[in-house]
Amino acid sequence: MNSLKLDENQLIENFEAKLAKNEMIEPKDWMPAQYRKHLIRQISQHAHSEIIGMQPEGNWITRAPSMRRKMVLLAKVQDEAGHGLYLYSAAESMGISREEMLDQLHTGAAKYSSIFNYPTLTWADMGAIGWLVDGAAIMNQVMLQRTSYGPYARAMVRICKEESFHQRQGYEIMNVLATGSVEQKEMAQDALNRWWWPSLMMFGPRDEESPNSEQAIKWKIKRETNDQLRQRFVNQTVSQVEKIGLVVPDKAIKWNEAKNEYDFGEINWDEFWTVVKGNGPCNKVRIANKIKSHEEGAWVREAANAHAEKNNKTKAA
Amino acid sequence: MNSQASLFQYILKIADNQLILGHRLSEQCSKGPFLEEDIACSNIALDLIGAANSLYIYAAAIEGENKTEDDLVFLRSERAFRNVLLVEQPNTDFAYIMCRQFLFDTYDYFFQLALQKSKDETLAAIAAKTIKESTYHLRHSGNWIIRLGDGTAESNTRLKAAFTNLWCYVEELFEQDAAELDLVAQGIAVDTQLIKSQFNSHIAEIMQTAGMEIPTGIFMQSGGKKGVHTEYLGFLLAEMQSVHRSFPGVKW
Repeated sequence: MNSLKLDENQLIENFEAKLAKNEMIEPKDWMPAQYRKHLIRQISQHAHSEIIGMQPEGNWITRAPSMRRKMVLLAKVQDEAGHGLYLYSAAESMGISREEMLDQLHTGAAKYSSIFNYPTLTWADMGAIGWLVDGAAIMNQVMLQRTSYGPYARAMVRICKEESFHQRQGYEIMNVLATGSVEQKEMAQDALNRWWWPSLMMFGPRDEESPNSEQAIKWKIKRETNDQLRQRFVNQTVSQVEKIGLVVPDKAIKWNEAKNEYDFGEINWDEFWTVVKGNGPCNKVRIANKIKSHEEGAWVREAANAHAEKNNKTKAA
Repeated sequence: MNSQASLFQYILKIADNQLILGHRLSEQCSKGPFLEEDIACSNIALDLIGAANSLYIYAAAIEGENKTEDDLVFLRSERAFRNVLLVEQPNTDFAYIMCRQFLFDTYDYFFQLALQKSKDETLAAIAAKTIKESTYHLRHSGNWIIRLGDGTAESNTRLKAAFTNLWCYVEELFEQDAAELDLVAQGIAVDTQLIKSQFNSHIAEIMQTAGMEIPTGIFMQSGGKKGVHTEYLGFLLAEMQSVHRSFPGVKW
């Protein structure tokens, strides 16, 4: 049977049959245009998040308070860059170039996780980010290891291994601070206060306001909804907060025996949408920094290309 | 100076070079000209800081005052740092960054190669581990010197400016004081005079391939090894030590 001769309906049927059998969709397989578009948007957004996320943490590499912490943080930021690289490659397999994706990031056409539009103000923020932000990211990424697009799922398997390490080291930073001097404990609590709610926002809008979710679940790109993942994160994290003697900055937090999960307070959705729309505390500076290094690197990329071309000509001659 | 004190100072000189250069390179994390190069530079920064860390642990043990590697990094002031002036120079542009790397990497490669033969077993063991990284660092910066020299008129001009302005720090790499010469005589320290010709010929070979000329008539600066630095180091340390010094005596 020649797939070129199949009509659109048959192609869709085959595609959906594959999904129903939990088979992966691979780059050479036929896929609906909307599936491709959805994944390009999601994977590139994920890649951009890794790349922009290097800035708030990179902000503390030169000031990390011990050699061990400095090395671990530098390695972590380098890991994020590596994740960006695998994810750009996964998106490229769907027919978009790195240049196009970077253009979309620089012009604001492509988004990245809003969490990175908050500033990192103290060393404790390195703990809070590793623990909460990477922790929230893992909830999503564990699910995405079973996403229907092969290259994305495989990138996630690799990324998840490193992210769990990041989360452990973040929690360890917080643990040391929370059980340290009075000032250190205050620093830890302050960081938790500032990062708690933005971390819950990382799961995205409530299910009823998440326009892309339903289709993503139908296509098995997502396997669980925003609210399900958010709830699991709260359930897991509250006891971690208590274990190190800190307080969740939410008066409504309460164990619900009947539902076997925590109830928690209402997220400030106005703040969520403000940051998504570009008006968070660091949206402008993050993109300006990114554009600046890209522009300052232009002559370096040109030189590397010019040298490679000259070399190719010499070899061809 | 007794020989333990000389050895302590000698280890600091090696460690401070690695730390300060690693710090400078780590300032570039997330600012690279493209993602793969950003990863490469962060990786090299991590190698340098990691090598420094092993050396500080050893230095602290030799000093025998119950200090840790962190005390040596975060609680010494500018005049106590023993790094060469080259490594503290700022990240003016990518040509300066690679020129600084290339000059240091070339020195460091031949230095680590020789240090593996030190009669001090710990130094020899650290060098044996470091040389693997130094080999990669040297290839990385050497390739960039060729690319930038050969690439475009702009990259060539920028690289020339970097070499002209950083060349004055080359001679200091090889300077040795009486205490260090003593350690050379004992077979512990590297005789830097013996690696100078290897340094010169590697630099000449790469620069020739890159179409660059070795700067001439440059007045040589020095002072870092005696703790007399350029004005850049004070700011670097102020930043690096700020958190650690703000909360004395706590654990991190």
